[in-house]
Amino acid sequence: MSEGRPDILSSNQSLLSGATTSPVRKIGEGLIQFALFLCAAVSVLTTIGIVAVLLIEALQFFRDVSPWDFIFGTKWSPLLKPQHFGILPLLCGTCLVAAGAAVVAIPIGLCTAIYLSEYAPKWVRETVKPLLEILAGIPSVVYGYLAIVFVSPIIRSMFESANVFNAASASIVVGIMILPMIVSLSEEVLRAVPRSLREASYALGATKLDVTLKVVVPAAFSGILASFLLAISRAVGETMAVTLAAGATPKLTLNPLESIQTMTAYIVQVSQGDTPAGTVEYRTIFAVGLTLFFTTMLMNILAQWVLRRTREKYE
Amino acid sequence: MSLHATKHRRWSKFLSAAFATVCLLALLSCLAALVLLLWQVLSHGIDWLSWDFIRDLPSRFPAKAGIRTALAGSLWLMGLTTIISVPIGMGAAIYLEEYAANNRMRTIVQTNIANLAGVPSIVYGILGLGLFVRFMALERSILAGALTLSLVVLPIIILASQEALRAVPPSIRHASFALGATKWQTIWHQVLPASLPGMMTGIILAMSRALGEAAPLLAIGAVAYVPFVPSSLSDEFTALPIQIFNWSARPQEDFHSVAAAGIIVLLLVLICLNAVAVFVRYRTSKQIRW
Repeated sequence: MSEGRPDILSSNQSLLSGATTSPVRKIGEGLIQFALFLCAAVSVLTTIGIVAVLLIEALQFFRDVSPWDFIFGTKWSPLLKPQHFGILPLLCGTCLVAAGAAVVAIPIGLCTAIYLSEYAPKWVRETVKPLLEILAGIPSVVYGYLAIVFVSPIIRSMFESANVFNAASASIVVGIMILPMIVSLSEEVLRAVPRSLREASYALGATKLDVTLKVVVPAAFSGILASFLLAISRAVGETMAVTLAAGATPKLTLNPLESIQTMTAYIVQVSQGDTPAGTVEYRTIFAVGLTLFFTTMLMNILAQWVLRRTREKYE
Repeated sequence: MSLHATKHRRWSKFLSAAFATVCLLALLSCLAALVLLLWQVLSHGIDWLSWDFIRDLPSRFPAKAGIRTALAGSLWLMGLTTIISVPIGMGAAIYLEEYAANNRMRTIVQTNIANLAGVPSIVYGILGLGLFVRFMALERSILAGALTLSLVVLPIIILASQEALRAVPPSIRHASFALGATKWQTIWHQVLPASLPGMMTGIILAMSRALGEAAPLLAIGAVAYVPFVPSSLSDEFTALPIQIFNWSARPQEDFHSVAAAGIIVLLLVLICLNAVAVFVRYRTSKQIRW
């Protein structure tokens, strides 16, 4: 219990029950509390497990490959001879897809959130939000299918130079995938802006556009920023759609029409092959996984930090 | 009012309306994406959907390919994941909401859970590969898959259950304590029944996540071609999303249609699950008024 009052009450209660309940019951209560504590500990152990597994194998990997080559190398070909272990092409591919997804999702998502929060009548909001939940609930492999069957052919008909597998089609479907996240989080913070702020600016003769763009959006800005960060972090970690649509050729390029490979897609590629455990090729997935884990972790922590700063504003 | 001011006023009113239209268009494009997605899947897959498709084993020929083993694998995985993750998740939520003192420790655990919810699912797959497949030597078994998926959905269940517990007013607990009930008696007989519908919604969400998740299973080495239905925890397995992934990745057009048929089945199961969630939510919103 988090509030002060219930805590006092429950300690009173345990004093009282101490006088009346049998020792057996007391032990039982203690055991139950311990079992529940263990359940809560599982979540902490998961984090420790992730970090431990990634670090142990990655450290083995860095015995064979120097961290300098890993971070600054511009060629990634661990499965082919001659082997190169520079993660920059994978990072570049991940960033390309995430940036493309952001370009698709941020304008549409923010405008939708603004419409839902500032313009839409109640019934529209109540119909659209469950529909967006459906969009959020569709498994990512379905988006991958959509990229291959629908988006990629369109892109290829528009740009002749486009590869069958290209970063653009992956970006577009990942953008659609993170849309609901941006909409629902942004809409929440927009609606949390106090009514009085809006009324004050209407009283000064502002139009609805002025109120929305110069008062409401700036007031909710850090929350909106947090939603962008969380959504981009989701795009960075997205696996199935990019594995299917973006290709499997690690490349240091910013051209979205080319076939690239992301960190997540590489991990899938290796685990689908017959790479024997204990080899340096096998350990690359832990090194790549570690990079991926820290990238997304950093963005999530940043988003939470930004979000915490807004919460204090109007209280 | 000068002519200039009137003009300015009219201009800004026009801008305001234009902006509203742009925002409406954005909203419509979100909905269009949903419609397009469903239409694409339905139009490609509906002709391939038949009882044979659900009963058949996977095959090299698109016309003979079926999802029997994938569907069975998915149901196994979903069942096992639920059995493993729900008690742990609910237990953790109860501990955090009812027992844990409001101190630094609790803040750390809470932040940790929020962060775990944001970890990409493929990272859980790597954990599963290192921990379950190699270290515990479970190989590519259905148990290793279910354990991995359990870790993926655990934060979802914990967060949803915590919310459900928080929605039970303290007065209920006080009343129970006042009648001499112990802490656990209060939780078991009063708090849990009252919060169960809320928890159910979270659990169903977690199950739908487990059903659609393919990345962690691919990372632990699950393969698409498994020609038998799993019958024990140590059997190899495949799952619907993996099968769909495999079919979508093939160059032949026909396999794309088979993939679409698989997606229809997957979405149907998801819709059924979510219908249950909506039903539970609807019933409780009618029943309980604090």
